Amino acid sequence: MSFEDIKLLLAGKFGAEIIEGEETGGLQPALLIAPDKIADVCLELRNNSKTYFDFLSCLTGVDYGAEAGRFGVVYHLASMPYQLQLTLKISKEYDRANGEPVFKSIADVYRTADWHEREAYDLVGIFFEGHPDLRRILLPDDWEGYPLRKDYKTAEYYKGIKIDF
Amino acid sequence: MTDALKAYHQKIADASVEDMVLNMGPQHPSTHGVLRLELITDGEIVKEVIPHMGYLHRCFEKHAESLTYQQTIPFTDRLDYLASMNNSHAWVMGVERMLGIDQDIPKRVEYIRVLVCEMNRIASHLIAVGTYGIDIGAFTPFLWLFKDREHIMGMLEWASGSRMLYNYIWVGGLFYDLPVGFEERCREFINYFKPKMVELNQLLTDNQIFISRTANVGVLPRDVAINYGCSGPMLRGSGLKWDLRRIDGYSVYPELDFDIPVGAGLMGTVGDCWDRYKVRIDEIEQSLKIMEQCLDRLQNELKRTVDFDPRAKLPRKLTPKPQDYYIRCEGAKGELGFYFIHSDTRSEIPFRAKVRAPSFNNLSVLPEIAKGVMIADLIAIVGSIDFVLGEVDR
Repeated sequence: MSFEDIKLLLAGKFGAEIIEGEETGGLQPALLIAPDKIADVCLELRNNSKTYFDFLSCLTGVDYGAEAGRFGVVYHLASMPYQLQLTLKISKEYDRANGEPVFKSIADVYRTADWHEREAYDLVGIFFEGHPDLRRILLPDDWEGYPLRKDYKTAEYYKGIKIDF
Repeated sequence: MTDALKAYHQKIADASVEDMVLNMGPQHPSTHGVLRLELITDGEIVKEVIPHMGYLHRCFEKHAESLTYQQTIPFTDRLDYLASMNNSHAWVMGVERMLGIDQDIPKRVEYIRVLVCEMNRIASHLIAVGTYGIDIGAFTPFLWLFKDREHIMGMLEWASGSRMLYNYIWVGGLFYDLPVGFEERCREFINYFKPKMVELNQLLTDNQIFISRTANVGVLPRDVAINYGCSGPMLRGSGLKWDLRRIDGYSVYPELDFDIPVGAGLMGTVGDCWDRYKVRIDEIEQSLKIMEQCLDRLQNELKRTVDFDPRAKLPRKLTPKPQDYYIRCEGAKGELGFYFIHSDTRSEIPFRAKVRAPSFNNLSVLPEIAKGVMIADLIAIVGSIDFVLGEVDR
């Protein structure tokens, strides 16, 4: 099943507005999905007998920088029976001053997304709605800030101890 | 404090009343590094496992955002520090594909890369098998295997100048050509090492005590393995023939002849600890086979010449076009992926780099398969996953 076929399949199932766009310039084409529908799309791609995207290779939280003002999540799916790969992207505009970016969790579809989403929350500060256990995973529970955000300032103190290096 | 954190504290507080909360690690020999497992136990039974990671977090992704592609290669060596060659191979291939020079790499360079990667894979599996023996209570295999691994370390040190963290594979080529006499020494090692595997099988693989401790323990069904993103020997132990060296056919692997061992449940159920162990043993043999084929080519049609320069294809500037790229490779532990976002045409620094670490995903299945086992079996399960904390915590 080619990239175009997958696009048609999703548009046929959920309507054309679910696909917000596509990126075909690079080596790997990517589909831009409507952020609120990502869990449904993943479930459909996993269960449909023509695609069977049963393996979530990678989930990446991305801060696109202060100028763009966008946060996004990138999903790399793989289909073991058909040996296919697919990239899905969701992103939303967020004003850093008020509130944190929130996306839908896909931990119900792929259990491996559980830890990946915890990592994205920990390092990029993306919150996942419906996640079973959204705690920090690599940094201490009481760490302040999200280090992989582009506007992150390196912490000078941790619990009153100067971080000196 | 977030709701999830409150719920977690509440759970531990509740469990302390009825059951017993035990800490395994971070300083525990069976956790193979600084992993802390919080166990909720009822007597000898483990009711729940809560892993805590991050003790070895070295901000790889943050570093990668401020260093050039070439400068990050030594950092990739420190991810899975038992198989550094495989890490830098994956990183380098990703960058080469983004630059569009992956077809220009000389064959000799590709074969040397595959040769050193397979040597490193053997070294990694030797540690996995040896320390697994120690977890179960067999001390001798550990000493034997470390002795054999030392030969590989010595040879890779000869080639790269460093024992564990090589920085040998560079974008567009290699640090240096192989030293003179390396191929012959490598053949000597293969001839020496093959009988050693037979000895190991007699000592450990077919040992009745070892089988009793590992067969039918920690059974990982195939669908659970896929859903949790397990890969490498972990997934193949559950009986699925999934090896990216074959599926993606990167580098020169399509030209090489090797089998993909899978777990068959010879001693118990498919996907138990013994199967995962056995897959590693069989993979060592396949890696030896690949090494022999590489040496055949390197000593015949791709022989070293006086004017051969492994750095000839080194680009002057590593400036890919703005794009996203996800590269996946078969590392020693499973699917090792790097995701690059490059946004600036004139920059040599990625906008964002993300590591898809195989150990991280393999470890995430532990709470699922360790539910309701005995504490002693938990050690067997943890050992059979074969994770490296440098890669889990990055």
